[in-house]
Amino acid sequence: MRFILDAEQRLFAETLDKLLAEAATAAVAREWAAGGHEPGLALWRSLAGAGVLALAVPESAGGAGPLPVELVTAFHELGRHGVPGPYVETAAAAVMLGRLPESSPATAWLPAIADGTLVASLALPPAVPYALDADVAGLVLSVDGEELRVAGHGEARVSLDPARRLFSVTAGEVITSGAAAAEAYDMGALVCAAQLVGVGRRLLEVSVDHARTRRQFGRPIGEFQAVRHHLADALVGLEYARPLVYGAALSYGTPGFAADVSAAKASAAESAYTAARIALQVHGAIGYTDEYDPSLLIRKARALHTAWGSPAAHRARVMSALV
Amino acid sequence: MDLDLSAAEPFRVEVRQWLRAHVPATPLPSLETAEGFAAHRAWERELHAARLSVVSWPEEYGGRNATPLEWLVFEEEYYAAGAPGRVSQNGVTLLAPTLFRYGTPEQLARVLPPMASGAEIWAQAWSEPGAGSDLASLRATATRTDGGWLLNGQKTWSSRAAFADRGFGPFRSDPEADRHRGLTYLMFPLDAEGVTRRPIGRLDGKPAFAELFFDDVFVPDQDVVGAPGEGWRVAMTTTGNERGLTLRSPGRFMAAADRLVELWRERGDPADTAMRDRVADVWIRARAYRLKGFETISRTDDIGAESSVNKVFWSELDVALHETALDLLGPDGELAGEWLEGYVFSLAGPIYAGTNEIQRDVIAERVLGLPRAGR
Repeated sequence: MRFILDAEQRLFAETLDKLLAEAATAAVAREWAAGGHEPGLALWRSLAGAGVLALAVPESAGGAGPLPVELVTAFHELGRHGVPGPYVETAAAAVMLGRLPESSPATAWLPAIADGTLVASLALPPAVPYALDADVAGLVLSVDGEELRVAGHGEARVSLDPARRLFSVTAGEVITSGAAAAEAYDMGALVCAAQLVGVGRRLLEVSVDHARTRRQFGRPIGEFQAVRHHLADALVGLEYARPLVYGAALSYGTPGFAADVSAAKASAAESAYTAARIALQVHGAIGYTDEYDPSLLIRKARALHTAWGSPAAHRARVMSALV
Repeated sequence: MDLDLSAAEPFRVEVRQWLRAHVPATPLPSLETAEGFAAHRAWERELHAARLSVVSWPEEYGGRNATPLEWLVFEEEYYAAGAPGRVSQNGVTLLAPTLFRYGTPEQLARVLPPMASGAEIWAQAWSEPGAGSDLASLRATATRTDGGWLLNGQKTWSSRAAFADRGFGPFRSDPEADRHRGLTYLMFPLDAEGVTRRPIGRLDGKPAFAELFFDDVFVPDQDVVGAPGEGWRVAMTTTGNERGLTLRSPGRFMAAADRLVELWRERGDPADTAMRDRVADVWIRARAYRLKGFETISRTDDIGAESSVNKVFWSELDVALHETALDLLGPDGELAGEWLEGYVFSLAGPIYAGTNEIQRDVIAERVLGLPRAGR
């Protein structure tokens, strides 16, 4: 038993962290929000080059997966850096398509998802009623029960997180009536949970930096207990969400996967949102401004709180599995 | 990365079978009473005979060299079986790790075997009336005398001291030195001449702790742990253990959370989704603590101040878990019983072993790297 990342997995996380730190992701997210997709799509291709999207695609279809531990490792970094785009949706779609029989024509999309040339989005009502960034996606899918369809989309809806552009879908042609919709939902919720923990981590990091440097009453505000204790609480929450996320990743393919994912998503959403509220409070008015980059993450933490199933819905699922 | 527990599976099976055959069918009386204390001591003897009282210790002291994973598994099985609380816990989890680090071979050979068998139950004697969170301000003294030390002063809130055999803690041996220096860590008999103990009733009236008065109590040199004057450093080893995994193992909370789910199944109103949500929340937190335990034992570095993160988490989880159970019980929640006893016990968690406010300061400074505060 060794329940920590191995050297190769740590290196993978460090590689992504470096790649994303150099990509000026906050500027990319702002441009994405304003409808300028090119920098975001270039980053998509870079991340595909680093192997991120292939992690969700089976080897038989040109991928390397599904590798849930590596996926959550990657999504943690995507969250920390506030990367815009339908990564969660593409990963969920890829896992679902990967479960179709190889004879199904729908599996033909998989190699292009793996190499980053095809961006996908997905609606899975009722929990995921909108397709994120459907106007950018080369493939928009909707699932009703186990019926998988290619979907069209309507007008963009405005989200609290300006980099999340949500679209209603109009169901089109049926591709198959045997889709692994439940697995798509579980995988989407899992990587969304990993993304949330990453968002919370980064908010804690910037809040600690702020508390060390911002001075009031002649000293850094990080000397005041009221501020220190908020930040300690943010850490405690995130420290216990992370093992739930990795624990769920390791139970992929077992009967307990769905409940483990729900435990992870509920905990990640609560702890990231707590970190976001604390980040806002510790920063004061600057954190409440649109122009301050960490405020993008403060907004993302709230948006993702209820995306891919609310904490209450996930806790209900945990209880259904227990009783 | 994996969660493969199979290496500990044979041990799990052995422990489970033994517990099934030996755990008392009816719960023992509360260990915070004279009668219950004796019953729990007898239970420790029974565990020891099966070499299950201190599984992670070396064999020569009564253990079986269990790996950290086997220890976690033991704890899971132990609490899942509803086995009695561990009356010897303060010695086993707080003094013993300190002795393994600082004790002499003579001390290990003399102190550990009777601790393992329950023949000697230890009480922690740290806090004083004027030294709680600010432990370094302690004033009870150890004065040099021929062949040893004379203890004077007062300790208080000493858990188990009402019925225990021996105590341990830091005393001020050099009043001139800086407050973190000049402390010496000593072990002493609670029935020694000059020791007066006065049991204190906790919230439910049970004498779970005591105050101790020292009047020229002689302690021989062989009962100093570590070097004289090094008591603060020695004591900090104990706090690391106290705040980390060993004092409150994951198995304990997972078993309690499973019992809470059982209580929900029996007594819960299926239409009460708010209560169902709370039950799920604490169950998830117990699972998080369990998984975090596997993470902790997988690390090769010292978790250091991160043990304070653990302490805040488990102490708040324990309160939430028992509050939820009492709310579920509704009008029966205030009635004496196992859930209420657990609730009263849990309320002390955010206070002992360093209040959670002290823990948050430790986290802020030593884990997050915030500036040192004047408090």
